[in-house]
Amino acid sequence: METVLALVIGGLYAISFYLMLRRSMVKLIFGLMLFTQAVNLLIFTAAGLTRGQPPIVPPGATGVPAPYADPLPQALILTAIVISFGMLAFALALTRRGFQAMQTDDLDRLGRSAPE
Amino acid sequence: MSTLVVVPILVPLCAAIVGLLASGRPALQRVLSVAGAAAQLAVGAALLIAVHTRGIQVQQLGQWPAPFGITIVADLFSAMMVTVSGLVGLCVSLFALVDIGRDRERFAFHPLLHFLLMGVAGAFLAGDLFNLFVWFELIIMTSFVLLALGGERPQIEGAVKYLTMNFIASGLFLTALGILYGQFGTLNMADLAVRLESQPSGVGLSSAVLMLVAFGIKAGVFPLFFWLPDSYHTPPAAVTALFAGLLTKVGVYAMIRVLTVVYTAELPALAPLIVTGSLLTMVTGVLGAAAQYDIRRLLAFHIISQIGYMTLGLGLRTEAAMAAAVFYIVHNIVAKTNLFFVAGAIRHIRGTSDLKALGDLYRDEPRLAVLFLIPALALAGIPPLSGFVAKFALVKAALTAGAFLSAGVALAVGVLTLYSMTKIWAEAFWKPAPAGAGGGTRGPVPIAMLVPIALLTTLTVLLGVLPGTLLDLASGAATQLLDRDQYLDAVLGTVR
Repeated sequence: METVLALVIGGLYAISFYLMLRRSMVKLIFGLMLFTQAVNLLIFTAAGLTRGQPPIVPPGATGVPAPYADPLPQALILTAIVISFGMLAFALALTRRGFQAMQTDDLDRLGRSAPE
Repeated sequence: MSTLVVVPILVPLCAAIVGLLASGRPALQRVLSVAGAAAQLAVGAALLIAVHTRGIQVQQLGQWPAPFGITIVADLFSAMMVTVSGLVGLCVSLFALVDIGRDRERFAFHPLLHFLLMGVAGAFLAGDLFNLFVWFELIIMTSFVLLALGGERPQIEGAVKYLTMNFIASGLFLTALGILYGQFGTLNMADLAVRLESQPSGVGLSSAVLMLVAFGIKAGVFPLFFWLPDSYHTPPAAVTALFAGLLTKVGVYAMIRVLTVVYTAELPALAPLIVTGSLLTMVTGVLGAAAQYDIRRLLAFHIISQIGYMTLGLGLRTEAAMAAAVFYIVHNIVAKTNLFFVAGAIRHIRGTSDLKALGDLYRDEPRLAVLFLIPALALAGIPPLSGFVAKFALVKAALTAGAFLSAGVALAVGVLTLYSMTKIWAEAFWKPAPAGAGGGTRGPVPIAMLVPIALLTTLTVLLGVLPGTLLDLASGAATQLLDRDQYLDAVLGTVR
């Protein structure tokens, strides 16, 4: 399972960087979206995958029996998802504003306007 | 255990929330904003005194012991940075009173400023890498809004680049955190340091490089700086000064903190890379500045150039170099913020910051001219100002460490910095105003602008004439940075 996910993560990183290197602002946003997903999956996978073993202390026991799913990476990812959601929402609003102001989606034409 | 460590995070939070509640009453909001920033400066100073007299201060939130809970730590370096950020916050909130305009105030400029200060203080005090990540996100989220607030076309353009680069930096940082957690099962800096030492692995170096790139983007280090001059000059002067003074330095701070606490074993391998990067940063920044004819763009390139001096101190790895870097950061925050204020004041009275359209400012505004000249000469490193002490300490440390090339480059870049500063002086202040430039003087510089400029200028002179206190603090901070056992003992305590 780890191998499959590792390949998926690698693919996601590659696609996201490809999209970010494109000139279109929309593709840039897609690239950023995929990038955050790739990072989240990486945290999830790197911490090790354990199926069907929730970290719940059984009645009467004092600790969780040995193979259990680590809840901390999921908490980290949850935080990261919320943050990236906010950032993406801002990025979308900014892109829309940018399109209204410049009437173009082309990032190359952004830099070409006068500095002032 | 010390509750005082948490206060620099709580004060701006309260100021921001109260500011939001008062959003219908601009006058009250302004008073609250200045008062909140002043309180932050006072708390920072109190923290600095506490750390200076009682050693590293630690607070484990919720009383969860170190590797499990969230740790807030203040050593001398953090406390100094918190104090300086409070000072910058105070000056920016004063300057913003006249500079920022009603519209931006209505869209919560003052609360945003305090949220940003909270993020900065949090980043300086974080003892946990994930916590550091969250503070970084808070900083960039608020800075996005501050940068784009107003929605003028150049602002939007700058914001797109700024957003993309910071997004990528955060992603790389998070990637490093992911593989670190996968290998070691912890993200507490002190705990990670111990585990990296006991079970060395390739993950150490790879995550260190990822973080170096991520913080390098935030700090604006060669070759990752190109977004900076394109975005920093676009918002109003108060915002630019805040960004120029604090944000890149947060990147430098994180770089120094992580490499000295967590990656002590990897630092020797990375040092040549850091030194080379620093030298190229210094040179490209200063050469880029020489080609600019807009004061704010010129100063933005100088931010980059100056970052090189700070990371050079880290790359040389000696105590003297580290102390010089800490001194340099403080000096630079004061001088740089001030120069952007002056640029903002010039723009306020003349309506432009293009050197070709400016002139005669020395005749019209002699006070402003003097207040520009002092931080400008300090930036170039002319005695007896703060920049001279900072550069002298750094060059001396480089020579002692045998890094003659670094010392030479640092001195040469100083000369080129002087060239840029004299260019602004000659073009804006001395040259007769070009005919038909329009604009003319729109009245004298408002007092709310002159006060923070004068305050920071006085500080620049004081740091140069009486550098003793700051030098002592800086070398104390450097000792703590290089002797990480102090940090580990303070954080992990009995667990170790």
